[in-house]
Amino acid sequence: MFDQLSERLQTTLSDVRSRGKLSESDVDAAMREIRLALLEADVNFKVVKGFTKTLKERCLGSEVLESLDPGQQVVKIVNEELAALMGGTGSELAMASSGPTVILMAGLQGSGKTTACAKLAQFFGKQGKDVALAACDVYRPAAVEQLVTMGGRAGAHVYERGTEVDPVDIASWALDQARAERRDVLIVDTAGRLHIDQDLMAELAKIRKQTRPHDVLLVVDAMTGQDAVGVAESFAEVAEFDGVVMTKLDGDARGGAALSVKAVTGKPILFASTGEKIEDFDKFHPDRMAQRILGMGDVLSLIEKAEQQVDEDEAEALQEKMRRDQFTLDDFLKQMKQVRKMGPLSGIIGMLPGMGAMKQLKNADVDERELDRVQAIILSMTPQERSNPGIINGSRRKRIANGSGTKVQNVNALVKQFDQMRVLMKSMANGRMPTPQQMAQLAGGNQRAPRPKARRR
Amino acid sequence: MATSWQEIVDLGARSSAAVATAEEAPEERRGVFKRLRESLSKSRQALTEEISASLFDRIDEETWELLEEALILADVGAPTTAAVVEKLEQEVESGAVPMDGVAVRDRLIEILAEVAATARAPIDLSAEPAVLMMVGVNGTGKTTTIGKIAWHLSKEMGLNVVMAAADTYRAAAAEQLETWAERAGAELVRGEECADPGAVAYDAINSARARSADVVIVDTAGRLHTQSNLMDELTKVRRVIQKQIPDAPHETLISIDATTGQNGLRQAKVFSEAVEVDGVVLTKLDGTARGGIALAIASDLGIPVKLIGVGETLEDLRPFDPGDYANALLAE
Repeated sequence: MFDQLSERLQTTLSDVRSRGKLSESDVDAAMREIRLALLEADVNFKVVKGFTKTLKERCLGSEVLESLDPGQQVVKIVNEELAALMGGTGSELAMASSGPTVILMAGLQGSGKTTACAKLAQFFGKQGKDVALAACDVYRPAAVEQLVTMGGRAGAHVYERGTEVDPVDIASWALDQARAERRDVLIVDTAGRLHIDQDLMAELAKIRKQTRPHDVLLVVDAMTGQDAVGVAESFAEVAEFDGVVMTKLDGDARGGAALSVKAVTGKPILFASTGEKIEDFDKFHPDRMAQRILGMGDVLSLIEKAEQQVDEDEAEALQEKMRRDQFTLDDFLKQMKQVRKMGPLSGIIGMLPGMGAMKQLKNADVDERELDRVQAIILSMTPQERSNPGIINGSRRKRIANGSGTKVQNVNALVKQFDQMRVLMKSMANGRMPTPQQMAQLAGGNQRAPRPKARRR
Repeated sequence: MATSWQEIVDLGARSSAAVATAEEAPEERRGVFKRLRESLSKSRQALTEEISASLFDRIDEETWELLEEALILADVGAPTTAAVVEKLEQEVESGAVPMDGVAVRDRLIEILAEVAATARAPIDLSAEPAVLMMVGVNGTGKTTTIGKIAWHLSKEMGLNVVMAAADTYRAAAAEQLETWAERAGAELVRGEECADPGAVAYDAINSARARSADVVIVDTAGRLHTQSNLMDELTKVRRVIQKQIPDAPHETLISIDATTGQNGLRQAKVFSEAVEVDGVVLTKLDGTARGGIALAIASDLGIPVKLIGVGETLEDLRPFDPGDYANALLAE
């Protein structure tokens, strides 16, 4: 994996600093690393070729030569160029000025069309729109049933006529229905098809002609390899799609396909599907994708998530407490609960830049049960103990361990960790970033206490 | 010559009876071979654009670069591509392979076939009943593949098949499998929607035992390998199966979409860590994707491809033949 592109670039360019000058061979070495990283991310070979060429010119420019840290500088340039290639900030769907907005969904088999249809329906539903779905996949067994079930979950009406009717007829019938029933949005689900299947592609073109959609969306699996370009080109020709829905972005695929599709067809990625649940669907952020492709983390998404979950005043108060070194275990508990509301910790760590490069953290298996245990320990303390952990002596420890179903060692470890954290937080609140070693310690690198056996009393 | 179903499936003591019921005619075999070549022809065309015979007319630095490019475009991945090209380059430079276009080409096909044949083994269905479990990420074609496997085992080899609809998550997954069970003439065991998948597998094995069925095929819900709770669930299904039959599942197959890029390697690795994958089913090879990720999986993880999907029909699920695959990729 290429979490360590920036690390590798820094190694490649490390001796440059001592010489104070970047030679062409240094840049070539860096380009090799970038090329490999992009290929590993499934960015199309031809796109990579053109991209590294542009990049090389920029890297030979003065901004890198004069920089104190050429490795970082190169990463920055790569990131900028990638984001530019991906199309800057997000684009929007075209909506109908009157009558239902028709959205046609197309894609290969298994790319996640039916699920994306339901998620898109839910997305519009949340905006207060009346959404209907048209079930035009009459080929895959039980595809209609799947859309009916998922449409129901998304709160959308599903127009279906079984599997014996021609998909083109279903589509235009559904459009009539949507008009008559004054729906705001009609999403047309179609069968997955290979871009080289001429009959099915002709059918898609017919559906397009009949329904005159405002938007045609191509559904692309984030795990797609080099072929993404060929697929997108063929669909662009037949269905003239306007934008792309990237699915399965919750996996660890780097999603180079997104970059390739945008670079080759010029069509923006509009939506991203990021999980099993119907709400796991949102607008796509090209600039963030660039960082994902490079393994640079996604700080913006993290900040957004935090904004949704954390009460600002409370955060302000906490920071004040940290600064004054008055942070208690109660505050810690509160904060932990807030962080956990943002989702599983491993996911959050993945969004932090540089974390991939920190071996201690990468290997620290973030065990959610460990957090449950910590919560149990704190909850077994008295209010006095929580605000002043200093008073926790041997017998108190024993009581706390018993109360929380853990061992004394676990209580010890927690108290010790909390002390370290307090020091760290104080310095952070005063504007100093912790060292990676401190962060790693905090993430559990120093935990030696044995894991207690799960026990129910 | 193409590998047949009889060769790729190890039926143990049952094999003689089964083979007798389903002997393929030679013409049919050629037809099958032709079909594979046809369906791979798109890949072939694309690859041969890069690797035409003339590429090897003059062998120099550019030759190796173009070869590398062609393999990368086939999703073989940088490390495996480098290994293959390096090997060929060395052999040519040392004189082991003559500096001759045809000879270099042939050797390239051989090397690719060798990589594709890594850890080759049949699908082990020798136990009675044998349990086959299908796993993979969403949308790679698990249910369809299972349906087709059931059809081949039941209709062509005369085996008694029970299918377990342990994908209780995706809406209408059981209905999809039911359609396939009817086509294959197999019994379907299913649970309620969102029922425990382990329980469905348990029931299916009980049912198979009661009817002394030959094979139990367990379908599982598609899941991304990064979702650790869902991967744990899969491990649990496996444990439930093992409680009933200690050495089961006898065969665990992962379906990988041929359009998958380098992430396929992660998929195979993580699934293998969770449920000990024995082989890969490379699906959707009928597109323009070349499925080169299978070579990377074989060479990196030692998990062989056992079946390939080259089209929609029942016959389009075929045993994987490394030689044919390499040949179809490169031959004109």
